[in-house]
Amino acid sequence: MEFAFYLAAGVAVASTVMVITGTNPVHALLNLIVSLLAVASTFFALGAPFAGALEIIVYAGAIMVLFVFVVMMLNLGPAAAEQEKQWLKPGIWAGPAILSLLLLGQLLYALFASPSGAAIGLETVDAKAVGVSLFGPYLLVVELASMLLLAALVAAYHLGRHEAKEPNV
Amino acid sequence: MSWLTPELLDVFIAVLKAIVILLVVVVCGALLSFVERRLLGWWQDRYGPNRVGPFGMFQIAADMLKMFFKEDWTPPFADKFIFMLAPMIAFAAMLMAFAIIPVTPTWGVADLNIGILFFFAMAGLSVYAVLFAGWSSNNKFALLGSLRASAQTISYEVFLALALMGIVAQVGSFNMRDIVDYQAENLWFIIPQFFGFCTFFIAGVAVTHRHPFDQPEAEQELADGYHIEYAGMKWGMFFVGEYIGIVTISALLVTLFFGGWHGPFGILPQIPFIWFALKTCFFIMIFILLRASIPRPRYDQVMAFSWKFCLPLTLINLLVTGALVLASAQ
Repeated sequence: MEFAFYLAAGVAVASTVMVITGTNPVHALLNLIVSLLAVASTFFALGAPFAGALEIIVYAGAIMVLFVFVVMMLNLGPAAAEQEKQWLKPGIWAGPAILSLLLLGQLLYALFASPSGAAIGLETVDAKAVGVSLFGPYLLVVELASMLLLAALVAAYHLGRHEAKEPNV
Repeated sequence: MSWLTPELLDVFIAVLKAIVILLVVVVCGALLSFVERRLLGWWQDRYGPNRVGPFGMFQIAADMLKMFFKEDWTPPFADKFIFMLAPMIAFAAMLMAFAIIPVTPTWGVADLNIGILFFFAMAGLSVYAVLFAGWSSNNKFALLGSLRASAQTISYEVFLALALMGIVAQVGSFNMRDIVDYQAENLWFIIPQFFGFCTFFIAGVAVTHRHPFDQPEAEQELADGYHIEYAGMKWGMFFVGEYIGIVTISALLVTLFFGGWHGPFGILPQIPFIWFALKTCFFIMIFILLRASIPRPRYDQVMAFSWKFCLPLTLINLLVTGALVLASAQ
């Protein structure tokens, strides 16, 4: 499965680079969908089919639909692509790129200096294992995340309300 | 013949079976266009296509000839790549979803342990066909159609998944074969999961963009909606893709709620494929009957119905099922 993992990871990196360098917003979103599908494949290759399926359903299937929806509504034309081209000058991306390269070097050093020796795909993490760990050791994190989501829901409801249209509030 | 090991032979037979299933599904999808028009004609008290061949049987051949030889025109103002990609997604997504369906005890493409989740993933991805078609056509009716599609998708996808979680909780597995076996040992899920069936059926109709959830197409207001700019085989792929969606959803309903290849009360277990085909045909007829009889609601009404009625219903169904599973486990 190592071959599948590296192939999917390579696709993910390549398509993410194309998300950043692309000038057409919808093509960039298409690349982002490909990137998310590739990340889902790495989960499959690592022996976590449940996480991989959820990655496709939640990210590629639901969240990206909203992104595409918004970009479609904006009706960005050639002017937006031109603006994007101007923003992608070497003077702008060179600095962050060098800093990120330093971090990548450090990460590679840390990985190769002390190899963990763990091979991939030795055990399958199925839905039951995910559920047991979510409601066992990570229960507090799940509760906190759900509170955060509830807060976001309340905020979205407040912003989306039309007070003028409502009768006698 | 030393290379022909038993393992290789097994792989070869599995691939062959998968190809046969693929061809049968695609041919069924294509034939459905004729069946639908005949049945619509029958239910609406008119003839339907009855000129080409006996009972109009060769109408499908005439339609296909026309579709193949029509000019495959891409509008100059369209986004070429995405314009080409959209019909492929429409055709492939629901066809891929059929792979998880166990047709008989020995026939079936993929026996995945994530079973149903694979269908949800494919249903989620099939939305991009409509979105990309609408956007890349650069046409206001197409865009309006795909805007409606995305609004509708966000509404139904939530309860599409939740409607089936009651089954998953009772069986304890996402695997489709486990679900069919559980139904053979216990009751068919249509009885214990009746509300799950109702909501999943509604969501299933919405997944295929069929009446009464065909707001993205809406011939009367949007003049065919998202595929207005498509012609020739590209349009044909949208068209056949829709029918393949109907076949897939019908087969899923049979597998999940009506015992798959088992007959009622265990009668005649020798003919699993006949049972499966009969039940699937029944649901395909229901799809067509819905189109023949129900008017189309506005799309805000669809959204309100999804969020305010179906979602609470599926949540209550899931809660009650969970409570019963817990009570019986102790």
